[in-house]
Amino acid sequence: MRKIVLEKIDLLFEAISNTMSLYLPVDQNDGKAAYTKWEEGKKWSEALNTVKSPKDFFFPQTEDMMEFKVEGKNIEVIDTRKASEDFVVFGVRACDVKAFDILDKVFLVDPCDSYYATKREHGIIVAVACNKPSETCFCSAFGIDAADPKADVSAWKTENELYLQANTEKGEKLLKALENVTEEATEEKVTEQKEQIAKIMKKLPLADLDTSKFGGGKTDEFFNSPEWEELSESCLGCGTCTFVCPTCQCYDIKDFNTGNGVIRYRCWDSCMYSDFTRMAHGNNRNSQKERFRQRFMHKLVYYPENNEGIFGCVGCGRCVSRCPISMNIVKVMKNLGGKENE
Amino acid sequence: MNNTVDTLIPQVGVITDVRIDTPDIKTFRVVTPDGKKAFDHKPGQCAMLSIPGVGEAMFSITSSPTNTEYMEFSIKKCGCVTEWLHQAEVGQQITIRGPYGKPFPVDDAFAGQNMLFIAGGVGLAPLRSVINYCRHYRDRYGSIDIVYGSRSKDDLLDYQEIIDEWSKDAGVNVHLTIDREQEGWDGHVGFVPNYVKELGFDTNKTAVLCGPPIMIKFTLEGLIDLGFNKEQIYTTLELRMKCGVGKCGRCNVGAKYVCKDGPVFRCDELGELPDEY
Repeated sequence: MRKIVLEKIDLLFEAISNTMSLYLPVDQNDGKAAYTKWEEGKKWSEALNTVKSPKDFFFPQTEDMMEFKVEGKNIEVIDTRKASEDFVVFGVRACDVKAFDILDKVFLVDPCDSYYATKREHGIIVAVACNKPSETCFCSAFGIDAADPKADVSAWKTENELYLQANTEKGEKLLKALENVTEEATEEKVTEQKEQIAKIMKKLPLADLDTSKFGGGKTDEFFNSPEWEELSESCLGCGTCTFVCPTCQCYDIKDFNTGNGVIRYRCWDSCMYSDFTRMAHGNNRNSQKERFRQRFMHKLVYYPENNEGIFGCVGCGRCVSRCPISMNIVKVMKNLGGKENE
Repeated sequence: MNNTVDTLIPQVGVITDVRIDTPDIKTFRVVTPDGKKAFDHKPGQCAMLSIPGVGEAMFSITSSPTNTEYMEFSIKKCGCVTEWLHQAEVGQQITIRGPYGKPFPVDDAFAGQNMLFIAGGVGLAPLRSVINYCRHYRDRYGSIDIVYGSRSKDDLLDYQEIIDEWSKDAGVNVHLTIDREQEGWDGHVGFVPNYVKELGFDTNKTAVLCGPPIMIKFTLEGLIDLGFNKEQIYTTLELRMKCGVGKCGRCNVGAKYVCKDGPVFRCDELGELPDEY
């Protein structure tokens, strides 16, 4: 285990930046944190988490995929994929780290999505334990330990120091390169920190959220629940939940005519949108109720059914704090999960 | 430069023939620029066709895999991509990627079976591939019955091939029907589900259905009334798709993705999925 005093944290950032791009949460002009490329003067945000999740690093909101040259009746396909370079994403929370695993199970299974895979291969994640989990947090319901995030490097921020522990080959390589700015450390303070966080986690209002009612094979049990009607009644279909969600992975593929050729790009899409499934001959999810149900059934039933019981939610709480009508997965679970969850 | 293959990056295809089947369906023959078949496929599988700048859409491959020279797509004019395709001329290049989806179990569950194909309208397109596969390997299957209906005689897809080839094959019985009486038509008149019941098939068959959702619903009921089990009946679904490989997230019915777990489903499996297709 290595450590660095927080006063000198810029030395750590500088050392990383000397060899590769470093991204970390930085407070923006609106006071909210967003992942930003580090340069001298940028301060690591104190915020618990960023408004948008770090899924952008591997699955960007928009991403050019290929180009076409069109001349008369002829078409040329141009593979515009570029090799990725190593980069570090620093300060990722345990929930968002787990979300990468969930996205991996979609994008890396055969046939592997090369756009995602290249970036994933070159991204080095430094996860940081959450000293002050908030009342919208419920990662523990999905078996995530906010005190012990497992990424390439795990980090703990104490009052005066940052402790770093490598977990993977990529992480070891990174810490090795940072030996000049860090020093050898014992686990004492980290253990203390973990215990403190565990105490806070137990007191959180959503700490007892029960997931046991949900999982694969429960489609029949929940699909026709009368509760969907009321739960979805106020849903605006704005898609905010899907955009801030670290695990939502639905995308659209679109063409942009530059006047000089065509760029085919991928962008985030949302199952909450009315045209998401619309076809020339009709729409199999015509109402907002059906679209709303799809989103939650996917996270709580369909995804676990296809992925060894793993839920498609990490309890980051972004949808809890961002939904304009205050509807979210917690309310859905409490309403559908029966009396025990109320 | 990334050297890996990505299924989302298509290859170029050339339209080498356009056949006008009905007032709103054309059949396009597609090969690569060097005149070869773009890829091998199995009956029931699909391909993504696109026109850069217009869009990309999933179509069933209507030609049989036994055709080693080219692929064919029977496409009804009903949206952006299809309208553009309908204006395309021979020599036009498009893009193509695939094959996608689970095929009909032609070499497993279908082997040795009496086959009953039931189609409505452009629903014949995905069935033509498996029908011609079964005709090609005629000795591997028992009797073949084909019930096909459309709005009018002019709306019957592959009409010439049905008359000149299918109905002349030994052990192949073709039963055509149109929705309303029409001058010059002395065949059956009536909807497909009713015709299936009138024909009263023996249940010693494997049935394959494709057509508009309402036709599938009533035909399925009709077959059950005749004594068929859902395990004997297959159909093929169509939902909106972008990727074709179960990642873009839009073609799911419950936990199944039509693009990779389908489009072919056995009706008992389909019955276990939520009614959202």
